Amino acid sequence: MALGAAISRAIPRRALSSAATSARSASSWWGHVEPAPKDPILGVTEAFLADPSPDKVNVGVGAYRDDNGKPVVLECVREAERRIAGTLNMEYLPMGGSVKMIEETLKLAYGEDSEFIKDKRIAAVQALSGTGACRLFADFQKRFLPDSQIYIPIPTWANHHNIWRDARVPQRTLRYYHPESKGLDFASMMDDIRNAPNGSFFLLHACAHNPTGVDPSEEQWREISYQFKVKNHFPFFDMAYQGFASGDPERDAKAIRIFLEDGHPIGCAQSYAKNMGLYGQRIGCLSILCEDEMQAVAVKSQLQQLARPMYSNPPVHGALIVSTILGDTELKNLWLKEVKGMADRIIGMRKALRENLEKLGSPLSWEHITNQIGMFCYSGLTPEQVDRLTSEFHIYMTRNGRISMAGVTTGNIGYLANAIHEVTTSS
Amino acid sequence: MASTVLSAPFPSAVDLRGRSPMIGVPKNGGDHLLLKGKGFGRVRMSVAVNLSRFEGVTMAPPDPILGVSEAFKADTNELKLNLGVGAYRTEELQPYVLNVVKKAEKLMLERGENKEYLPIEGLAAFNKVTAELLLGADNPVIKQGKVATVQGLSGTGSLRLAAAFIQRYFPEAKALISSPTWGNHKNIFNDARVPWSEYRYYDPRTVGLDFEGMIADIKAAPDGSFVVLHGCAHNPTGIDPTPEQWEKIADVVQEKNHIPFFDVAYQGFASGSLDTDAFSVRLFVERGLELLVAQSYSKNLGLYAERIGAVNFVCSASDVTDRVKSQLKRLARPMYSNPPVHGARIVANVVGDPTLFDEWKQEMEQMAGRIKHVRQRLYDSLSQKDKSGKDWSFILKQIGMFSFTGLNKAQSDNMTNKWHVYMTKDGRISLAGLSLSKCEYLADAIIDSFHNVS
Repeated sequence: MALGAAISRAIPRRALSSAATSARSASSWWGHVEPAPKDPILGVTEAFLADPSPDKVNVGVGAYRDDNGKPVVLECVREAERRIAGTLNMEYLPMGGSVKMIEETLKLAYGEDSEFIKDKRIAAVQALSGTGACRLFADFQKRFLPDSQIYIPIPTWANHHNIWRDARVPQRTLRYYHPESKGLDFASMMDDIRNAPNGSFFLLHACAHNPTGVDPSEEQWREISYQFKVKNHFPFFDMAYQGFASGDPERDAKAIRIFLEDGHPIGCAQSYAKNMGLYGQRIGCLSILCEDEMQAVAVKSQLQQLARPMYSNPPVHGALIVSTILGDTELKNLWLKEVKGMADRIIGMRKALRENLEKLGSPLSWEHITNQIGMFCYSGLTPEQVDRLTSEFHIYMTRNGRISMAGVTTGNIGYLANAIHEVTTSS
Repeated sequence: MASTVLSAPFPSAVDLRGRSPMIGVPKNGGDHLLLKGKGFGRVRMSVAVNLSRFEGVTMAPPDPILGVSEAFKADTNELKLNLGVGAYRTEELQPYVLNVVKKAEKLMLERGENKEYLPIEGLAAFNKVTAELLLGADNPVIKQGKVATVQGLSGTGSLRLAAAFIQRYFPEAKALISSPTWGNHKNIFNDARVPWSEYRYYDPRTVGLDFEGMIADIKAAPDGSFVVLHGCAHNPTGIDPTPEQWEKIADVVQEKNHIPFFDVAYQGFASGSLDTDAFSVRLFVERGLELLVAQSYSKNLGLYAERIGAVNFVCSASDVTDRVKSQLKRLARPMYSNPPVHGARIVANVVGDPTLFDEWKQEMEQMAGRIKHVRQRLYDSLSQKDKSGKDWSFILKQIGMFSFTGLNKAQSDNMTNKWHVYMTKDGRISLAGLSLSKCEYLADAIIDSFHNVS
């Protein structure tokens, strides 16, 4: 109908005649709203849940599962919740979030005895997990350096593109992944760093790169840091997997520590979604290392100013869990043990998956499964092969061939290996 | 600026010839902290490391509302009174965790539910009960699938999602907000880049509603504007339209093809009845109007810090609903991916369980009841102590957590500086932070500020 068509062209409301508006009860203001494409990652889980097959396997979203394929709530978290229960009210946190949680969180990234913490040079606010931290930074970057852009590694977590796009910061690509070796394309990466205009902003994954699992070596990080110094680039670290990569949070923070040693004033997004299993609590932190305490106070006030019209102040529950755990030696040690346990299980599954595929006599190389690190394995499977895995074998993963190793268990690993072998050897 | 960095002179540039490069960072403008970097051979260069990219960032002003609590905390005077932020307090002026919330949390702890990600749109059980609470479980629009509900980060987050949607799909449209309104409304529309203008609302002469002005300004706005209306217990004034006035507002909204955008932060807190307080929204829905509603559980369930609320779009058809919901998700994903689970589960457990729901209704009545008593006591104290014959009855006519006293900025400052009464500069006091025992003290302060300060 004519009115529907007019609405589809999204013409301003005031252009509609009164005759048209009297017929409006049959149509809608939102007629011109198209359905959004399904989120590539979260959409996988939706499809998985809808599948009735008893053999189905979900290696889509990056949420940890135990060896029975069940979600895990860490013991240290349960204990923290027991301690918190009924003791506290739910008054608004300050806009910047829980001070205690932030203190403990900064220690993880910057080091227990970090001079930057002592000197109060870090502007830090509690954020809505990693997403919220990245978004706050992107909005901050847009507001205070409106002409800046961000170099984002290819590939990266899909939502990074959404975040900087909605913050209206132009994006540039940083070459990263080398498909032939399924490893790091270090030479191209360094070229892009060198060729970028001085003072460019870069998004770097601190450890356990998502989706490839490919991290620079320590040597490579040092070279990257050095080149950043030469070019005066700004490094923004997204650290969503500290502890999850190697099992040791200190080791996983190595890249950040190298940059700090070299004197870079970094930005950092941290998340407790994976390493503390607090996915749904939306608990994380955004920090920016400043020149001095005064600047840190100013920057923090501006971050709060950005947060106020987004959500006013951040949710308390996850923050209480984190500060209860990290503030208690016994609970913290328990957490470290449990994180290592999760990382070890994943490392074990990587080994086993590779062995299985090699035993099946696969002509392809599967070295990359054990070379890569963290929750994800960039398998090298093509979208068509992934589609076959789903339609023929009820195995769910994102179409870029990313396998969430957290979804692999001793129970499904044989089935998974067989299926991968099948789709990579037949057509 | 960045491209000229290397050629500009830097106070701490260090010649790196010959040995491991040492990079100088001036600390506190004086000492040089030399940090060791990895040697890369014979490269000689001066490296600038000290100038921060964010050098030009100035200190943001304290938030006019949340900043009040911070100032209150810093005050050591024992007579101090915090009537700033709208957070409910008991008669002993303590924060209050509702019994039903404690029960719900206990149940949740016992069940030992996992902490997996919620879907982007939030907890399904929560979305269902929140729409029913707002519109009534039997409302035809719910049954017909015409309501798109997405869990949001309390009222603020829900408003922001809706504003972002407006910016994306109605880039020409304007938002109309009441004068005055909750301070953060302007920040939200500004940051979402939705232009706004004000409609008259508060009449300082009557300390009541400027109804004619309101209608005139809504009429004068371009067709198809988004009219932000407080569903009940207007913040900051406490002045609500009467049912008859709501009908007339709906008339003019319909006439101008405007889209009503309700902010419902106090359902239950105004009259004490959850259903009564939803009257305005339900009236507009009954008229067949499409509209938006932002809800918050911060006050009525005391879940302030859990950040639990929802944005609801009432659409004319169910297929439209699905598309709208998908686009709201697309806006939320790059903001926070998916909303926090804890508060959603509490609400779903309380509102979804008949026993707990009934208990909640009683606690709600008690909280609203305490505020009504306090209003009465404050009015009595003022009328008794003030010999000028000023009519203080507006205190009784206003509704909800707040009272708009009519005090101006200088007078409000006097309240704080002389009497240690903390409130916002627009003259708003939060009665939720007032106890019966402090009413007389407050009356003295108000009378002094009103008559002796201009």
